Amino acid sequence: MPSLMPITGFVALYIFMLAAFAGWVIIGHVPAILHTPLMSGSNFVHGIVVVGGLYALLNASSTTEQAIGFFAVLLGAGNAAGGYAVTDRMLAMFQTSEHKPKAAKSRHPKAHHPKKA
Amino acid sequence: MLNMIPQLTIGAVDLAAAFLLLFGLKRMSSPVTAPSGIFVAGLGMLVAVAASFLYAFDVSAAARPFLPVNIALAAIALALGGGLAWWSGRTVAMTAMPQMVALYNGMGGGAAGAIAAVELFGAKTEGATQIVVTLVGALIGAVSLSGSLIAWAKLDGILAKPLRVAGQQAFNAAILAATLAVGGYIVFIVLAAAAPLIPLPGVIGLFFALALFFGILMTLPIGGADMPVVISIYNAFTGLAVGLEGFVLENPALMIAGMVVGAAGMLLTLLMARAMNRSVANVLFTNFGTPSKHKHSDIKGSLKPVQADDAGIFMRYAKTVIIVPGYGLAVAQGQQKLYEFVKLLQGAGVGVKFAIHPVAGRMPGQMDVLLAEAGVPYDLIFQLEDINDQFAETDVALVIGANDVVNPAARSDKSSPIFGMPILNADKAKQVYVVKRGEGVGYAGIQNALFYGDNCNMVYGDALAVLVKMIEAVRGLGLSAAA
Repeated sequence: MPSLMPITGFVALYIFMLAAFAGWVIIGHVPAILHTPLMSGSNFVHGIVVVGGLYALLNASSTTEQAIGFFAVLLGAGNAAGGYAVTDRMLAMFQTSEHKPKAAKSRHPKAHHPKKA
Repeated sequence: MLNMIPQLTIGAVDLAAAFLLLFGLKRMSSPVTAPSGIFVAGLGMLVAVAASFLYAFDVSAAARPFLPVNIALAAIALALGGGLAWWSGRTVAMTAMPQMVALYNGMGGGAAGAIAAVELFGAKTEGATQIVVTLVGALIGAVSLSGSLIAWAKLDGILAKPLRVAGQQAFNAAILAATLAVGGYIVFIVLAAAAPLIPLPGVIGLFFALALFFGILMTLPIGGADMPVVISIYNAFTGLAVGLEGFVLENPALMIAGMVVGAAGMLLTLLMARAMNRSVANVLFTNFGTPSKHKHSDIKGSLKPVQADDAGIFMRYAKTVIIVPGYGLAVAQGQQKLYEFVKLLQGAGVGVKFAIHPVAGRMPGQMDVLLAEAGVPYDLIFQLEDINDQFAETDVALVIGANDVVNPAARSDKSSPIFGMPILNADKAKQVYVVKRGEGVGYAGIQNALFYGDNCNMVYGDALAVLVKMIEAVRGLGLSAAA
């Protein structure tokens, strides 16, 4: 990417280090009950790869590159959209005895039961 | 200055997107804020994708004649890939979630690999660092793609048996070595501008073929029970590959999002492996789940079957019941009926709690999600370390479709393959009912001493059918007014 802000060796390593640290800390605090949605959620987050696919495809200058670039965007979009859909569905189901999120009600009428506190 | 506007816009939007993705992930760390977390992250993704089309204003001279076609292709790929995945993600059953996550994850790995392929085939990398990073990202992405597809096939039941042959690991290592050698050869050709033995695109193709093949080989021998750990590893792999390709494309948003997921996925993998008292290497490279030669002749007692209605009525008159659900419950689609039964018990004044083992189900926390889907409030659901002390004071432990996670051999029998794994102490309850389809062993392929204990009775049958009988029996008492 002809960037305004070229990322050279050590700057890249610093970015990687801080990002890895952030990921470690964020996950470290997640209760086990959320592990599956979280795995799915982080699966969605790396769907950002679709942006790189778009860059590669828009800059394609041969049929081969176009074909592979198309493939990259196709798969990346699948990762992002699918990841969002399943994560959102899972998270909408979480509820306490007292609270019922509205989102769960409209989307999953079957999953809903009257509850005693 | 005017021609800088697209670049500046993309830079600013990507910065905002990276923030939103991380902030969203952070909000997912509590059940209360989690649903808004995925929304925030989704917003970040949406603006990043929209802004990406601004790249069209700033393409290289070589790509300019292709631009209209490329934009059309991009729109088609987004609509097609996004649409199909969205539709499948919305319609799939909750029990099929793990394989869907595996599938989407593989797609991400494939996308990272494809980006690397565009860079390599188009000879767009500059210098040693870029080409090495591109190749490493390509290798990890390709392994994640083919490995995730195998994981998906295993979870979906298309591939039922782990494939194990003699000398497999040596062969896998040889394939990996060959992949690395071809990668090294590519670096050599490009940097030294040497004449390759076969045309460069052929060498690159060979590299990808070997990497994909390695991903398949690596995943085939791993048993279905270990797929949660495997998916988690490939999730981390894809993140890593995305981060590395982000470096090659000089896109910090990809670098940050990818590396956050890479690190998070690695931690999650370690947590999961620890919950099974095994190392990650042990999961990947040992043939776990093969029938044990150990005869377990030391188990005393007998299996004592009882009828479902008797067990149901006994629980109706208990004070406290802890339910230990396992994947067998999900297979029988019994979650809804289980919660119906629980509400009956609660209505009769019985205190009911759910105890979830960290590796119950096919993904960490999958049982939590399945119970949540059935409407069970999450404040009734307790994790292992929070509830294990309570079994001793509990009248009834009801084990449904779980086996290895309640096997006392993990505490006492040093020769057992699961020795040292933290288990739910269901055997300490005053009375234990085990709902099970037959006398078969669990995934670890070992007998369970709990079933032979004096305080344990077996209720044989499909979990759903057993629950229906229990509900009928308790309703028949005419005392369950609150149902």
